[in-house]
Amino acid sequence: MKILAVASEGGHWIQLLRLQSAFREAEVVFVSTHKAYSSNNSNHKFYSVIDANRWNKLKLIKMANQMRVIIKKEKPDYVISTGAAPGLAAIFWGKMSGSKTIWIDSIANVERISMSGRLIKPFTNLHLTQWPHLANGKTLFKGTVIS
Amino acid sequence: MIFIVVGTQQPFDRLIKSIDKWSASTGYKDIIAQVADSNYKPTNFKWFDFIPMNEFNELFLKADLIVSHAGMGTIISALQYQKPIIVMPRLASFKEHRNDHQLATANSFAKLGYVKSAYSEAELFDALNNRTTISPVPPISQHASDQLLSSIENYLFEIG
Repeated sequence: MKILAVASEGGHWIQLLRLQSAFREAEVVFVSTHKAYSSNNSNHKFYSVIDANRWNKLKLIKMANQMRVIIKKEKPDYVISTGAAPGLAAIFWGKMSGSKTIWIDSIANVERISMSGRLIKPFTNLHLTQWPHLANGKTLFKGTVIS
Repeated sequence: MIFIVVGTQQPFDRLIKSIDKWSASTGYKDIIAQVADSNYKPTNFKWFDFIPMNEFNELFLKADLIVSHAGMGTIISALQYQKPIIVMPRLASFKEHRNDHQLATANSFAKLGYVKSAYSEAELFDALNNRTTISPVPPISQHASDQLLSSIENYLFEIG
């Protein structure tokens, strides 16, 4: 089993790393926006993509294209992400090529699900929030990254 | 030492400028700041635009107090290493972020007792002057809650 685990730098990445023990012995390939992060998990394969958000459309397109290439090459069984835009791209391309997909919205989003989280929802198999009051229909609350 | 952290995505001049002002008025200079290409450059303490990960972690561990934007990376690290932390949320109205989610983060985490939040320069000065009264919360573990881990694990390994 292969899992592609994706998060942009900073808080998203820190939250993703806190989920690692759930991946057990699966082969995990990490993707983030910060090259230095490869040293966080030196025993795992790591790709970096350019940092992009919705304020820079050109960078977004480039990043989405990098992600498409990674998905095509790695063919993960599962794509899991804690956000933000790179996770959206990974889940979209993953879903298109048959991966099962998990989105865990950042614990920073207290008042509403993030924009990436809302956009990607239809392409997720599991769509989680970290705040009980934001659980709604398909969006479930199943605990938090802090314990 | 007070370690000022604004994340890697964009500067936060309002915070840096206020701390510089506080430092000048109190004479407290044992401050190191990571400012992310801020337009405003502090004159009262040492600053860096970005700090390589290893050195950043060392400074974080050495600090007696963290003052930062309300970014999750910094907040989680402060909880994990039991560092008292003051957060000032970035506001969209000052073009400090794309939206005001940091306001809600600061609110919720302050209510849980995890952080001290400051929403204005006056509140920031007040929090800094009373910094010794900010108590660190019990440390959090290195990983997510058992409930979240087992939910993901079940999904990956039992229905997959």
